[in-house]
Amino acid sequence: MARKLPEVNAGSMADIAFLLLVFFLVTTTMDVDTGLIRKLPPPVDPNQKPPDIKERNIMKILVNNRDRLLVNNKEGSLYTLKDEVKDFMSIHLDNESYPGITVKNIKLLGNVPTSKGIVSLKNDRGTSYKMYIQVQNELARAFKELKDELSMDKFGRKYDKLIKEEQIKAIDEAVPMRISEAEPENIGGRN
Amino acid sequence: MSRFKKKKDGGLPAISTSSLPDIIFMLLFFFMVTTVMRENTTIVKTRLPQASEIQKLEKKSLVSYIYIGEPRNIKTYGNESRIQLNDQFAAVSDIPEFIFSERESRDENERKLLTTSLKVDYITKMGVVTDVKQELRKVGAFKINYSTRKKAYK
Repeated sequence: MARKLPEVNAGSMADIAFLLLVFFLVTTTMDVDTGLIRKLPPPVDPNQKPPDIKERNIMKILVNNRDRLLVNNKEGSLYTLKDEVKDFMSIHLDNESYPGITVKNIKLLGNVPTSKGIVSLKNDRGTSYKMYIQVQNELARAFKELKDELSMDKFGRKYDKLIKEEQIKAIDEAVPMRISEAEPENIGGRN
Repeated sequence: MSRFKKKKDGGLPAISTSSLPDIIFMLLFFFMVTTVMRENTTIVKTRLPQASEIQKLEKKSLVSYIYIGEPRNIKTYGNESRIQLNDQFAAVSDIPEFIFSERESRDENERKLLTTSLKVDYITKMGVVTDVKQELRKVGAFKINYSTRKKAYK
């Protein structure tokens, strides 16, 4: 019978593994990219006339180069913006000072009144990006709360807890996130 | 008495370290799997703003990044906000080409899903960002993501 092979010393295995471990520890970047996902509108044809939208259906939000807000021609604040948007986009039947209502027939929901309101956001070239994100975030919060409310009402759970694809779709259709971003202007002089 | 004595003469048994490599290997594999090697080194500062209503970007391979911010090396490049594509400074007019090359490098059926993630420093003025957005609209890269960090609301 052949001689037994001498056993390989495995004691340094741990050290080698440690070395590799340290390397990967150092090079790891675990951050998942998160953010506000938006869809840009396709470029507009300059010859095309802008669609005719009633004054009452538009909520105008302006941000100037000093990061101050003007909401429907009145000075606004980030702290109240979410509630203002929410109030504007909620359903107010037969109220002339709020946007018009159309009744849509949506699968799973039946006939639902939906607001015709549009939030128009316009910023100056000198507006800071931080402010812009904060405004976008407040808008998103307002719409999310509206969706949550409808979803609670219809399906008994919050919007982001919905699992069925068609339920999510139905809510999305009933509460469309209509934010229109105007072409920016250079109101405040040079940026 | 004799009972206690018995125990003493054995001493503490040495803890077996033979499973240590296995534990370390397990850790190693975990980090190997989760590691994403940093693809771009940024030459502009990108301190991201915070937002609460954020979503995760699903597929990392289908995201192309545009960095905007003031250069790290202010002494050489000044402190005006600049755009960084790949590894170098770029002008707004370079964006279409960048998007086309990003599309080229993806599979045909995945091109529609391509997202452009804007990593923008929070003190940047919207002027530059708007120019970039307009450029993206022109080339049909409509899906964008304003990269932000998570903020908890009280």
